[in-house]
Amino acid sequence: MYKYDNYDHKIVNERVEQFRDQTQRYLAGEIADEEFLPLRLQNGLYLQRLAPMLRIAVPYGMLSSAQVRKLAHISRVYDKGYVHFTTRQNIQLNWPALEEVPDILSELAEVEMHAIQTSGNCIRNTTTDQFAGVARDEIEDPRPWCELIRQWSTLHPEFAFLPRKFKIAVCGSEEDRAAFLLHDIGLQLVKNDAGELGFEVFVGGGLGRTPIIGSSIRKFLPKQHLLSYLDAILRVYNRFGNRDNKYKARIKILVKAWTPEVFAERVEAEWEHIKDGPSTLTDTEFARVKSFFPLPQYQTIDGADSAKQLATTASDNIAFSRWLDRNTQLQKQAGYRSVTLSLKPAGVAPGDVTDKQLETIADLADRYSFGELRATHNQNVVLTDVVESDLFELWQQAKQSGLATPTIGTINDMICCPGGDYCSLANAKSIPVAEAIQRKFSDLDYVYDLGDLELNISGCMNACGHHHIGHIGILGVDKKGKEWYQIQLGGSANKNAALGKVLGPSLSRDEITDGIEKLLDVYVENRIADESFLNTYQRIGIEKFKERVYASTT
Amino acid sequence: MPQLLKDNRVIEDSWTYLAEDAQSLPDGDLLLSYAQWQIFSDQIEAHRGNVGVVIEGNAEIEDIIEPLLKLPLIAINFPKFADGRGFSVASLLRDRYNYCGEIRAVGGFIRDQLYLLSRCGFNAFKFIEDIDLSEASKSLEDFSETYQVSADQENPLFRRR
Ligand code: HEM
Ligand code: SF4
Repeated sequence: MYKYDNYDHKIVNERVEQFRDQTQRYLAGEIADEEFLPLRLQNGLYLQRLAPMLRIAVPYGMLSSAQVRKLAHISRVYDKGYVHFTTRQNIQLNWPALEEVPDILSELAEVEMHAIQTSGNCIRNTTTDQFAGVARDEIEDPRPWCELIRQWSTLHPEFAFLPRKFKIAVCGSEEDRAAFLLHDIGLQLVKNDAGELGFEVFVGGGLGRTPIIGSSIRKFLPKQHLLSYLDAILRVYNRFGNRDNKYKARIKILVKAWTPEVFAERVEAEWEHIKDGPSTLTDTEFARVKSFFPLPQYQTIDGADSAKQLATTASDNIAFSRWLDRNTQLQKQAGYRSVTLSLKPAGVAPGDVTDKQLETIADLADRYSFGELRATHNQNVVLTDVVESDLFELWQQAKQSGLATPTIGTINDMICCPGGDYCSLANAKSIPVAEAIQRKFSDLDYVYDLGDLELNISGCMNACGHHHIGHIGILGVDKKGKEWYQIQLGGSANKNAALGKVLGPSLSRDEITDGIEKLLDVYVENRIADESFLNTYQRIGIEKFKERVYASTT
Repeated sequence: MPQLLKDNRVIEDSWTYLAEDAQSLPDGDLLLSYAQWQIFSDQIEAHRGNVGVVIEGNAEIEDIIEPLLKLPLIAINFPKFADGRGFSVASLLRDRYNYCGEIRAVGGFIRDQLYLLSRCGFNAFKFIEDIDLSEASKSLEDFSETYQVSADQENPLFRRR
């Protein structure tokens, strides 16, 4: 994992002091509300319906066990003893007191964490694949690139007051696990014919009110030019993005208005001037940053042997075998697996964890995964590099702490925004809907039979719960003061990213779980062999689903 | 005389805006809008005093900047502080056009932006409101280290580490 040197420490500490001073001046009435607003947002602080909310950056999802213990401590001392993992691999505290935020930030700085640019109209935390470094289909580890982008974007003087927020994602593998086509900039690591490393650059993707899939503006950007090219894109956007209407201010709207071709020309023209300048990355810097992401000291394990032993253990224990199936993943390295700890037990808001659970997670990471872990955009936690012979023990310990719900990638592993219970912008509640669905589909055999299924819920069209890219998406809408839910089908966030289609009129809260059940029935009746829900939908279209759901509601 | 912050010092501001309905250029240091500068361009040579121009963040400066570069002062207006276009315009003036005169922030920018503004090449700050300038100037020192290249930093941190 990246380790701060004196420079990084200094910058983060000075940011804490800057914010401490700003908070004091605000509390003393010297800074007006509307001026304090972007200052606090640039440091992740919202003032919400019930209390402030502090969003802490987890750069590209990587956490050390020491950081997780610190988060547990902070949640106990300054909050109500739990934190929330977000869909952007960040962590939120829901109840901090404004006056204490500077102290929280300085505690975070001790473990090389911060809340810089986790909100506001600036460049946000860069995200990537939770299996970076260990994925079997990896072209190149994206994390050193994410770290380079983190440093470049941190307190970038020119881009702190953009038209709108700005999100960058990096994908280093064949499969996309970072939803990079749905970001303002999506970077795909590629190799050219000469075997040199570079990026295909996509711009203008995003969810929210106007969901759009990103467009490729450059097929191959040699790696050393990454930062100057990003500067060029951001400069064009900063100067020409819409600033009159916040719903038209994301870069996706500019790219659409100009067309991706024209946008690309403007970027290239700008880049001509700064290309080959001092921002050109050096081999020394590549080597320095890369050295922070070494492969752990793997033992040589006989893969076949290890697999056999694991199969024997699993055959005696159905619960373990289910968990093994759904919650663990093979790695490049024989005899090792990545484990997903589920933060989605029924009855808890997806992504919420207690201070005790955080400490357990830290212990597990120390014991089984070299003291490191990753937050995922599906709001779970991943431990990589676990020796297969440790899995049974790990499972038992995770289970005791409620972290082993064996439903990863199924309908019960849903993404869900905080919705009407917490968020002032909501049209409808989302957490109770998630709970109702988890309760309705609690029969694990049925859930497994359904297989891979992404169900995403947002409480309003701002789309924090990514409903557009769920195989099944649920969107809260407000009709005459009542909560209704629109269903969308066929969304997906992988390389063939697609946005969901609206099924038909919205359903009431009472109808929603039955509606979902009917969708699943149509799938089960129509699937061929082990076809997934999404594939069946893509093959048979929306009509059959529609007929069934609306047939009996009249 | 009104004051401003320039090169990290509080000084008297000798410049005044040319009245909107002015028919000619009165003596003294004058700030003209870009439209006024076009109208009066043939009188500037003979003017007694300095002339500077105020441009907006949305200006396509590529098209207009050439003749302005010999002026001693270019002011960039912030319609409101959240409008960050001026940061890019100043960066372009310094980096691409090698402008060495005064770049002055005018309009709705706020104290807490001083550090970032100065990194982009602003060296003078004229606040709309009458605030304690020497107190505000502390914000110029918010950080002592920085990652990126900018008008005041030739090399990114990775080349200095
Ligand atoms: C607590 C109250 C919250 C409020 C008021 C809030 C507000 C918003 C708003 C207004 C947007 C839309 C911005 C836009 O695209 O124009 C947004 C986007 C987003 N929020 Fe939240 N949010 C909250 C909590 C959360 C939480 C807890 C998560 C994670 C689980 C989350 C994840 C996201 C994501 C991923 C987006 C990006 C959608 C995109 O790519 O456009 N938000 N949020
Ligand atoms: S989607 Fe809407 S309801 Fe849900 S957190 Fe975002 S803004 Fe709030």
